Amino acid sequence: MTRSVTRADVQRLTAEESAQLVEVLPVAEYEDEHLPGAISIPLKDIAEQARRLLDATKPVVVYCYDYT
Amino acid sequence: MSPRAAARLATLGFGDVYDYVAGKADWGSAGLPLEGANGSETHAGAYVRTDVPRCGLGESLQAVRQRVTEAGFDTCFVVEENQVVLGRIGRRVLASDTDVLVGEVMAEGPSTVRPSARLSELVERMNRQDLSGLPVTTSDGRLTGLLTRADAERALARS
Repeated sequence: MTRSVTRADVQRLTAEESAQLVEVLPVAEYEDEHLPGAISIPLKDIAEQARRLLDATKPVVVYCYDYT
Repeated sequence: MSPRAAARLATLGFGDVYDYVAGKADWGSAGLPLEGANGSETHAGAYVRTDVPRCGLGESLQAVRQRVTEAGFDTCFVVEENQVVLGRIGRRVLASDTDVLVGEVMAEGPSTVRPSARLSELVERMNRQDLSGLPVTTSDGRLTGLLTRADAERALARS
């Protein structure tokens, strides 16, 4: 199940629950700026890379630029 | 994009997935640090003068004038109890001899910029509009501080 979270939730999840931060925008946008500690897995590569790069036993927080 | 990514992760067996819907635009607008080639050090938030004077609507201009002078600034932002910006007291008003309440003479609703705004764009804007500085606020309108043109130009020259 996926849940929408706020900025405060992200801070709590990463600090207290070892959540993995994932930016799903294209790599160039990730390299331009990203949340501290986030890794880059562009949306189109999720299926191919998620299991290799992420720990399925820990929470994952995904984000892009904004609501749009 | 993130809702689709979250949904796809769920189909791949990830059971604990969260979608930060507001994204990095929200993060930067709150003045939180960003990393990368154009991370926080090239954004307004890194160079804000947080000690810019603040005052309330009901304060006397005379008292504010003295405080602003002692602080070494030539402007003061009018804020409410949660630091949301209501107005600005500029050089011309501060130089006047009147003793009125701040709320009667402030410039209402000044333009503000976010901590995530790019320095290069802000310097261009300040030069174009001949501004000595811009107030920086979070996305919910709370004052972070003042970005001066001089500080922004110096930071750009160093980068």
